[in-house]
Amino acid sequence: MKYEKIEELLSAMWEKTGLGRLGTGTADSPETAVTGAAAAAVHQQIQSSDLAFVKVPADRGRHLIMDLRDHFGFTHLVFLTASDYIESGVFTLTYMLHSYTRHWDIGVQIDLPREGSTMESIHDLWAQAATYQRELREMFGIDFPGSPRIDEPFILEGWDDVPPMRREFDTKEYSERTFFPRPGRSTNDPAGYMRQKLYPKE
Amino acid sequence: MSEHETNRQLEQDSVREVMEAMMTYPGKADAGDTVLFCDARPKVEKPYRGIIEKFLNWARANSLWVLGFGTGCGAIELRPLMTSRYDASRFGVAGRPTPRQASVFIIGGYASVKTLKRIIRSYEQMQNPKFVIGLGSCTINGGMYWDSYNTINRLDHYIPVDVYVTGCMPRPEAILAGFVKLQELIRAGKAEKANEYAENFDWYKANQKKIIKNWDMPDYSW
Amino acid sequence: MKSEHTTHLHRKTDPAPVISFSHTAGSRVDLSSGKYLKLWQGPQHPGITGNMSLEVTLHGDEVVDLRTHVGYLHRGFEKLMERRTYMQNFPIVCRICVPEPDFNEYLYAAAVEELAGIEVPEKAVWLRNLSLEMARLTSFLQWIGGQTGAFGMGTIGQWGITHRDYILDLFEELSGGRIYHMYIIPGGVRADMPEGFPGRVREVLNKVEILMDDIERAMFYNAIFKMRAKGLGIVPHSMLDSFGITGPIARAAGAARDTRKDQPYLLYDQLDFKVITGSASDAYERAWVRFQEMHQSISLIRQMLDRMPSGGAIHTRLPNPLHWKIPAGQTYRRAECTRGEYGYYLASDGSGYPRRVYVRGPSYTHAVALMETLAIGVNIADLAGLMVSFHTYPPEIER
Repeated sequence: MKYEKIEELLSAMWEKTGLGRLGTGTADSPETAVTGAAAAAVHQQIQSSDLAFVKVPADRGRHLIMDLRDHFGFTHLVFLTASDYIESGVFTLTYMLHSYTRHWDIGVQIDLPREGSTMESIHDLWAQAATYQRELREMFGIDFPGSPRIDEPFILEGWDDVPPMRREFDTKEYSERTFFPRPGRSTNDPAGYMRQKLYPKE
Repeated sequence: MSEHETNRQLEQDSVREVMEAMMTYPGKADAGDTVLFCDARPKVEKPYRGIIEKFLNWARANSLWVLGFGTGCGAIELRPLMTSRYDASRFGVAGRPTPRQASVFIIGGYASVKTLKRIIRSYEQMQNPKFVIGLGSCTINGGMYWDSYNTINRLDHYIPVDVYVTGCMPRPEAILAGFVKLQELIRAGKAEKANEYAENFDWYKANQKKIIKNWDMPDYSW
Repeated sequence: MKSEHTTHLHRKTDPAPVISFSHTAGSRVDLSSGKYLKLWQGPQHPGITGNMSLEVTLHGDEVVDLRTHVGYLHRGFEKLMERRTYMQNFPIVCRICVPEPDFNEYLYAAAVEELAGIEVPEKAVWLRNLSLEMARLTSFLQWIGGQTGAFGMGTIGQWGITHRDYILDLFEELSGGRIYHMYIIPGGVRADMPEGFPGRVREVLNKVEILMDDIERAMFYNAIFKMRAKGLGIVPHSMLDSFGITGPIARAAGAARDTRKDQPYLLYDQLDFKVITGSASDAYERAWVRFQEMHQSISLIRQMLDRMPSGGAIHTRLPNPLHWKIPAGQTYRRAECTRGEYGYYLASDGSGYPRRVYVRGPSYTHAVALMETLAIGVNIADLAGLMVSFHTYPPEIER
């Protein structure tokens, strides 16, 4: 199917999934999907002529991704990541899909609760999704049941603290506690400090 | 089932029990497990006296073989060092693939906790005399990853460092200056950090064990 | 009865031989049968690109199972970037990808500019494009040393690194740093070209072209390289989308995909170049595609030097960087780096600190899922060559 603009493709997509649309935005007045406000469970934001973000509830996420891949030609999974909106109590997962024929990107975003978050795995759709899911499990604590090797640590070794990318984890405080920070200079006058250090008698 | 299959089944059952009882993934600390690797206490090597030591120091200084382990960003400037433009071979520096054949360990930049365990393991496999050069500001005070939860801030609390080369990252000429300085120290008999490691072994090990929780090495099968 | 082969050196205190569980849970082969040998081609090894490990299970000389282990270079960039203001981020952003840092700088700057609505002056766009193409050339020159070194031809690596040094000298003139330039910042670039710079760039390009003739003869017409690289690591076309393969690997498999042509950024829609594809999709073809792209980079740099405007501002005025707030939004920018598709996802929340910066590196998909699948059946001696032919580089896998 030929679509002239990404808005048309998105309309067709919404129609096919039967989710309806709330709070649409255009390139002139983009609706911010990033404040994480739970106002709209279904949401669309067109960032530019070749990039759009759509937000769907968690139980429709996998279905929408499969539709985009099989019917609309978005065959390339660019990445899968999560952002922590601690003030709204959600993790926002972003599945970025790219279509090589239309050269458009659609980011499917899903809000998950921060405690006990799980999401259906898509490792059977794309082989590299297993790697992304392992990283999310380690860095955020989001579980993807059934994904291969999901329990094995991927990047960190011997980590027994809070998953580090969560916003309640304070990396500076952890570093000062665990590693030995070298005390720095306590003055903002480097020339004076060096003079004092090198020529103390003068 | 045949006896072979029964035994195989029993073996698999016991493996599963062991698996459930023990670590479920590498890196998870095992309470009460005896730490077996990297616990061997190194010996202090006393130097010879007089002219023999001078001769040995001259020989050591002129044949510094570097271990081929690019631990961080700084490793990218080691490759140009070995070309004819900066020519480290005129200083006697060559790259060696194994710790048993190397005498200098260049820590190029930051060390994450995972890499630090391998650094310590490689360092302890190197034979005396051995020296460590710390490249870049990350080895001195953590550099620009000073507040990172995964990189160490002070390398000399984990392994002893003879020479620091500042920069981010140091130019090949700066690394050569570091080698020259190391040669001076060796000839003056002052590059004794390997002995310092043996003398203060407990302190170094305590620092290492503070961040490295699991010393087990993955299994091999032979 | 437990086979003797499962006695490990681990549990000295435990008298009975115990299979110490570590990474082998769910291993595809039965290690206790005694037919297989397990090795670690670990971080301290001259035969891996960068700092990652391969856990290799061998049957004789042939690999039957492979697991890659990454994480040795994890610095927690994404967490660190959330703690620093937008302007404080640009010095650390280039350190995510060591061989070609300019892509990080450009993508971060482009994402910030898109969200903040900043226009970049024309001269700055030309200079950005120039530094990106020069970075591609240096990365290719380093790669070619790795590819030939993996098959035992060390001289070509020395040639490549030396000529890369000449280009790094040019970078040092332009930006002050050899490896990490910190040159492309939100709003433009940091400095203009010095006097006589285009002439020096052309000299270096001439030298590199002479070198590339030599490399072509020494590498591509070499019987041993052909024997070892042809047929190594064939990537079937069907795997391209299901494994997320981009860049020269995809092009060598026949897919004409190049971000510079499909979604032109900077000035690529005004420059003249073709998408280079191959068909045989093995290591030899990938090396050939990359070699042609080196020629392409040289031609692009020459075109840019010919057409670059002589004067103009190089940086727009920005608000006070200490109190700079970007309006809330999110965007994804991509570029075509030497290895494939490089992308930055930036989400801002209206404060002076980025909410989330996600770096999508090409090696993420190539080094883990692809490597583990394609290494099956490869000879252990060719494993390093296979890895370098994917041009994986660990720093951007675990950032």
